Amino acid sequence: MSGKTNAVSSRLPVKTKKGFQLNQTVKTVALGSIIPVLLIIIWEYLSNIGVFPQHLLPAPTSIFYMILNMAGEGTLWSHMGITLYRLFLGFIIGVAAALILGAAVGYMKIVESLFDPLIQAFRSIPSLAWVPLFILWMGIGESSKVVLIAVGVFFPVYLNIVSGIQGVDRKLIEIGKIYNFNSFQLIRKIILPASLPSFLVGIRSGLGLGWMFVVAAELMGASKGIGYLLVYGQNIYSPDLIISSIVLFAILGKITDALLKNLESKSLHWRDTIEKKA
Amino acid sequence: MLAIENVSRTFSNGETGFKNISLSIQKGEIIGILGTSGCGKSTLLRVLSGLDVGFKGSVLIDGEAVSSVHEKIGMIFQEPRLLPWLKVIENISFGLTNDLNKHEKASKYLESVGLKGFENHYPKDLSGGMAQRVAIARALVTAPEILLLDEPFSALDAFTKMQLQDLLFSIWKQYESTILLVTHDIDEALYLCDRIVILRGQPGMIYSEIVIDQPKPRARGDAYLGQLKDKIIHLLDLSTSL
Repeated sequence: MSGKTNAVSSRLPVKTKKGFQLNQTVKTVALGSIIPVLLIIIWEYLSNIGVFPQHLLPAPTSIFYMILNMAGEGTLWSHMGITLYRLFLGFIIGVAAALILGAAVGYMKIVESLFDPLIQAFRSIPSLAWVPLFILWMGIGESSKVVLIAVGVFFPVYLNIVSGIQGVDRKLIEIGKIYNFNSFQLIRKIILPASLPSFLVGIRSGLGLGWMFVVAAELMGASKGIGYLLVYGQNIYSPDLIISSIVLFAILGKITDALLKNLESKSLHWRDTIEKKA
Repeated sequence: MLAIENVSRTFSNGETGFKNISLSIQKGEIIGILGTSGCGKSTLLRVLSGLDVGFKGSVLIDGEAVSSVHEKIGMIFQEPRLLPWLKVIENISFGLTNDLNKHEKASKYLESVGLKGFENHYPKDLSGGMAQRVAIARALVTAPEILLLDEPFSALDAFTKMQLQDLLFSIWKQYESTILLVTHDIDEALYLCDRIVILRGQPGMIYSEIVIDQPKPRARGDAYLGQLKDKIIHLLDLSTSL
């Protein structure tokens, strides 16, 4: 037996795999950048020879300088800061509410019968329909924005938690029962880790919706934030500013999603899924 | 050690499950339960393990009636059922909740199933046979006196199966456990068991009981066992049902 064991363990190339993966990342990034870089170069060229009118679609360089300018003046950071703050607060509140309700609904039949129909009914309301009501209740200050974002984040997280918990393999739960685990131990040692994958999927799509709602919230009335820059750019007829804001949204959205994705792959490394091939 | 008196557990209007089963099992015995599919073999194990408490009759472990999962019971399922987010060693010590020496204990059983060096692997990196070895170690770690095995090797290839049957035999020799082995593999039952109980019918009832008084370890191609196999095939009435 020991001979076989050695043979098998040497077949698992842990170290070489890491180097391989690093190379792979560089390659993926390089491959993924070819088309965007090409498009930007063409765009720049066409803007410079005047095919794209400057007052409608400014050149990439002028957008880049716009962002650089704002960064130099310092306004960029305060706009970004307030947007991130709203998103973060709304996201945390939404996720926390979804976690508590979703866990209770997923685990206890009675809570599901009590709350799930109501929550599902609320879900069918397009979240933006809440905007007038929230403004009426809370004014156009921070709270209405944060609540709107929280509502947007809540539903995908809630749905994924409930389906994650209800989808836990009965066979794994029986393992806990064989060892006489009580409900609390079953939840902590089996149900929570087993539903972690769908929870993480939930918070990633929740974050996506959070970004959508932060734009909506800032469009509906704000004096700061990247969404405000969009409206302001429209008002002062500055396509540079509008496109800069869009670019900022893209960058920040990508960064926050990458953070969550990183968290996901770190905490779910045990999953037996197809590893991404070249 | 284990006394089953007139136990019945049926589903869907009494058409599946088993009924009126009585068995008395001595310490250290290996009992095989053979039967065609649908005759309640697995249900019987679930009742004995305490996972299914909706039965009629009485199950006594050392004179104590079973009403929930008993600490003297260890169970091994057809699938390894490892927790994919835990390393091998953590999977093995999974049942030891408040044990200070759980790492040492887990290591000991990991070694006894021949997987030393695989402590930090995750289940996804294991082959089917290795995963089932881990499941065996996990069942053994709480030092159960009675091991219930529900077709534990049926999903494995023939060679791995034989290796694990030998492993089970060595575990039995080392720990003197009482073993109840549900199987549909006649050779496996003949190779390992002291007694073979044959269930038939829907719901399943004890149709026959065969005592194999040959000393273990036995040779796999033994002529006497071959004769018994013919007898069992006849008892299971496989020839006419085909």
